[in-house]
Amino acid sequence: MTTIRVEETPHLAYVLRLADSALVLSHRLSEWCGHAPMLEEDLALTNIALDLLGQARLLYEHAATLEGKGRSEDDFAYLRDAPQFRNLLICELPRGDFAFTIVRQTFFSAFFHPFWQLARSSTDRTLAGIAEKAEKEVAYHLRHAGAWLVRLGDGTEESRRRTLEAVDALWPYTGEFFEVDEVGETMIEAGIAPDPASLRPSFEDTLERLFAEADLPRPALTWMQTGGLRGVHTEHLGHMLAVMQHLPRAYPGALW
Amino acid sequence: MSTLALDRLERAIEAVSAVPDPEIPVVSIADLGMVRAVRVAADGVVEVDLSPTYTGCPATRLIGEEVRAAIEAAGLGTPRIRFLTSPAWTTDWITPEGLAALERYGIAPPPRRADPDAPVACPRCGSTDTEEISRFGSTPCKALWRCRSCGEPFDRFKCL
Repeated sequence: MTTIRVEETPHLAYVLRLADSALVLSHRLSEWCGHAPMLEEDLALTNIALDLLGQARLLYEHAATLEGKGRSEDDFAYLRDAPQFRNLLICELPRGDFAFTIVRQTFFSAFFHPFWQLARSSTDRTLAGIAEKAEKEVAYHLRHAGAWLVRLGDGTEESRRRTLEAVDALWPYTGEFFEVDEVGETMIEAGIAPDPASLRPSFEDTLERLFAEADLPRPALTWMQTGGLRGVHTEHLGHMLAVMQHLPRAYPGALW
Repeated sequence: MSTLALDRLERAIEAVSAVPDPEIPVVSIADLGMVRAVRVAADGVVEVDLSPTYTGCPATRLIGEEVRAAIEAAGLGTPRIRFLTSPAWTTDWITPEGLAALERYGIAPPPRRADPDAPVACPRCGSTDTEEISRFGSTPCKALWRCRSCGEPFDRFKCL
């Protein structure tokens, strides 16, 4: 099935970024289904995946309305190729081990909890409505990830080693949370998007508290990865999309 | 509003209120606080505003279909149904009847948002000597708990 072409106005591009990040991370979390270290975590990770999928659906619906071409949420999710995805790179990295997933969820939720809190006063009323629901869900995700970060960091030698490795691997991907390009500037000026710079104190405070409790050293300043917002992705996204999009592309319009 | 329209509205409210939650059929969607408004529009069409619980809850779509079916079965035609994200649904909207029905069914009701750390009573034996096993459970709205007195595991409605 042919790939769709989306004329991205700044507003549409911005909503797609949020939608893509939620969808891609949701997919990575759903890969834990049947593989988590224990039944409770299987439930937890797939429940978090479901929340993110719900957020992604609302955001894609909003994108479809903004675009006004009669497209559906599925068209955006299934009929765009990797370079058209606008998700944060941290979301697309392979699921790794359990420590990797917990560290990623900690970073992601530590940023997106205050993000959605502020987005509740967006001048885009639909986005503000989505933010009202997302904020509550992400607060719960953060409590879950934080509790595990402490348990793993301050756990056994092995859990600590894996957690430290995950922090080293993931920290360079946190710079993208705070990246502001022309799209971001336009959205901040219009009062549609929160300015990520204003979220940094909250992000840092959360990590400060959790890393101290987990007895983990705070990650040092380092060179930060970039690219997701422009559609320049790691080699992993294409493989993920091949799995995720296979069915609707091979059987266009298939329903069940 | 004419008597006829008022009658339609009353029948619509009655039909919508009786729709059970697909996951927890002992409570209605009205008792869960999901029904925000029922109206009869100027063109005579019944309009229903619903608040989804969790954004990704797979039951949301089914609930919409069941509300439509209930309105149609009451002879009121096909309704217009809207899902509202704002104000966001909260467990504080669950009615006292809904909370009691949850408990009778074996699900510990959620605490009020003002008091999220209130002791959790086992829905089977009533003991508050209970512990959380998992923050997430069989549906997005529940967590897994265990009673240390009677040893039974139970679901607890999460506070949202």
